[in-house]
Amino acid sequence: MALLQLSEPGQSAAPHQHRLAVGIDLGTTNSLVASARSGKAETLPDDNGRHLLSSVVRYTSDGVIVGEEAKAQAVLDPLNTIVSVKRLLGRGVEDVKTLGSRLPYQFQQQRSAVPRIHTVAGDVTPVEVSAEILKTLARRAERSLGGELEGVVITVPAYFDDAQRQATKDAARVAGLEVLRLLNEPTAAAVAYGLDHGSDGVHAIYDLGGGTFDISILRLKRGVLEVLSTGGDAALGGDDFDRVVAEWIMQQAGIDDSADHEMLRRLMRDACSAKESLTTAAVAPLLVDLGNGGFWEGELTRERFDQLVEPLVRKTLVPCRRALRDAELRVEEIEDVVLVGGSTRVPLVRELVGEFFHTRPLADIDPDRVVAIGAAVQADVLVGNKSDEEMLLLDVIPLSLGIETMGGLVEKIVPRNTTIPVARAQEFTTFKDGQTAMAIHVLQGERELVSACRSLAHFELRGIPPMVAGAARIEVTFSVDADGLLSVEAREKSSGVQASVLVKPSYGLTDSEIEGMLRDSIEHAAEDLEARRLREQQVAANRSIEALRAALADDGEKLLNKEEYQLIEDQLGKLVEVYGSSDHQAIKQQIDTLEKVCEFYVERRMNASVSKAMTGHSVKDFE
Amino acid sequence: MLDFSKNYFELFGLPISYVIDADQLAERYLDLQRVMHPDRYAKGSEQERRLSMQGSIQINEAYETLRDPIRRARYLLSLKGIDMDLQKETTQDAAFLMEQLELREKLAGAHNQPDPCGFISTLMTDINRRITSLVGQMAVQFEAATPEQLEAAREILRKMQFLQKLRYQAESLEAELDEAL
Repeated sequence: MALLQLSEPGQSAAPHQHRLAVGIDLGTTNSLVASARSGKAETLPDDNGRHLLSSVVRYTSDGVIVGEEAKAQAVLDPLNTIVSVKRLLGRGVEDVKTLGSRLPYQFQQQRSAVPRIHTVAGDVTPVEVSAEILKTLARRAERSLGGELEGVVITVPAYFDDAQRQATKDAARVAGLEVLRLLNEPTAAAVAYGLDHGSDGVHAIYDLGGGTFDISILRLKRGVLEVLSTGGDAALGGDDFDRVVAEWIMQQAGIDDSADHEMLRRLMRDACSAKESLTTAAVAPLLVDLGNGGFWEGELTRERFDQLVEPLVRKTLVPCRRALRDAELRVEEIEDVVLVGGSTRVPLVRELVGEFFHTRPLADIDPDRVVAIGAAVQADVLVGNKSDEEMLLLDVIPLSLGIETMGGLVEKIVPRNTTIPVARAQEFTTFKDGQTAMAIHVLQGERELVSACRSLAHFELRGIPPMVAGAARIEVTFSVDADGLLSVEAREKSSGVQASVLVKPSYGLTDSEIEGMLRDSIEHAAEDLEARRLREQQVAANRSIEALRAALADDGEKLLNKEEYQLIEDQLGKLVEVYGSSDHQAIKQQIDTLEKVCEFYVERRMNASVSKAMTGHSVKDFE
Repeated sequence: MLDFSKNYFELFGLPISYVIDADQLAERYLDLQRVMHPDRYAKGSEQERRLSMQGSIQINEAYETLRDPIRRARYLLSLKGIDMDLQKETTQDAAFLMEQLELREKLAGAHNQPDPCGFISTLMTDINRRITSLVGQMAVQFEAATPEQLEAAREILRKMQFLQKLRYQAESLEAELDEAL
């Protein structure tokens, strides 16, 4: 066939070569990277054999240190060592204040809504700090897999709101990574378990991490993993256990509230190690350095610890109850409950969760690694290493989305637990005669009052033709994509006046800020921006060529007539030619031309796949 | 690519009817999402990603509409040429409105109950039971779907809408109580 006569572009991947894609669990306390190779997903260790990367970033005057080495300095250099940055991601300055006055950083005072942490290496945003962690993991993966990554799946707590998701994606952009999908952590865990057990049925995933709690109820049926409901608390986790223990120590040891950053860090560390040893031991001895040369000696019993954390653990059961009801299920209908996240090692958590779900919780995959493993499996599917027969994930939005209406009330447009992607429209009208503009305030949350929901964005629809009150018909459309990210569009229907925003939340960074950060980080890595752009375009060209060749071989002769086939092939040939040049703009241009020429073919292919699905034939029947 | 001119029943290859085979609906839904979902085109061209997102959205919308008894009733009525403006239409059934008032008062008093969450939960079960009973009545109207029956269906839908609103309010109050914990 003519196709085979085309030369292979440069060092392009052969058609069926394994594409490199990894799953990243960007955690509050620890992060991991995993990849699926020869059918099995595994977390990847660093050069010292460690799989977990401490989510700690230390800024020094001669560079950035990420991980264990940074964590070791957290107590000595608290102001330049950022821990648990995930708690700040996608948060505004005001939110950060309510997260606790005990955050040991110096926040830069300024007008910007995004908190900036002052360090010796300059001011950094939570997005940049997170990008450092992502970069470290991506480098580890590239070294270990021996090639460049084509894409990553990054996990986020299911309960993350739009701002937090956007910030996670921004962090990946700053790190120079292509995000195939943001995947909810409990869903990722379910993927890991689903593959392992292959059991159809309804499962609950209880995910208590360092800083966040998620509960998801899912149904696995014939290779489709459908999330029925999800709930949680975006600011509750093992760190809070440490905090109540640290407060108890302060009380016992007579340390007052004015203790300095260093003292607080030490207390948190001591509290954390006491908590960890109580997983198996009945008593944890405590020796607290008071910083004045003296020490306080004491002990924490399991019983006392359980008393301290019980209210926190019980707090997680409230969203569990609600998730069950949203899924319209009784507790008896849940087959099993899977434990995810390091904090589920606490015996009291296991006990209370087991009691609630009337079953012994499952924890046979390491709760620290299960999320990364699931993400790796999904990355492998998304990047195209698996056939169409593979698993499909159907996820939901965790929180309702709506807009502000009269009287400070929220009109819900997309209710929580709606399957994504989704688009919903609602009509509104003007309030005054001759009104030519309308302010649209986008909110997220379950409450009726605007003040009790999270404000995501404000925008205005202008240029409405003057009419009497109530005559204009303004249609507001909310679209949520498969990453759970929202965009909003408003249109006056009689005049066609339109306004839209990709919800860049009040707490987000602008595109130019992100571009700037990316440029900085490239300069930092002493990499040539032009070379990088060229490589990006070559990767994109290669992808187009491969995909189109596979498509043509599959159904080109069936769906195209001779002229159409020739036309597409000519443009494909031109892309192969220009691929070898060093002109990234020319490559990009030809990719665009080719895609334009192929539009009708793409539509025909999708039509064909829908017809096949509806006539009940599998792809194989056509071969 | 999806044919957006098809109605939701046609899209799933199901007969146009209020009574629906839930298992068959779910099966067809999954078959369609299997080929249309954006995850199938994560590495595709911009056009493929756009089309698959639009198609997947349409399939989700169709599924949610047919699955939910209230939305399904409204959709069927609109296919029969009856478009309701539910924000303006309201039932005139005095006995029903009286009941609604009582339910609303109960909800408003939930705060003062010894176990407000349990109280709301019971109330919601009650609301759901009432909706289920209306669903049964609705099914009867669509059997022959005479003009009189469609008018009756419209009235039942107005009542369903009332109960649904109440359920939203109960959920909101519950969220408020949860946060106060």
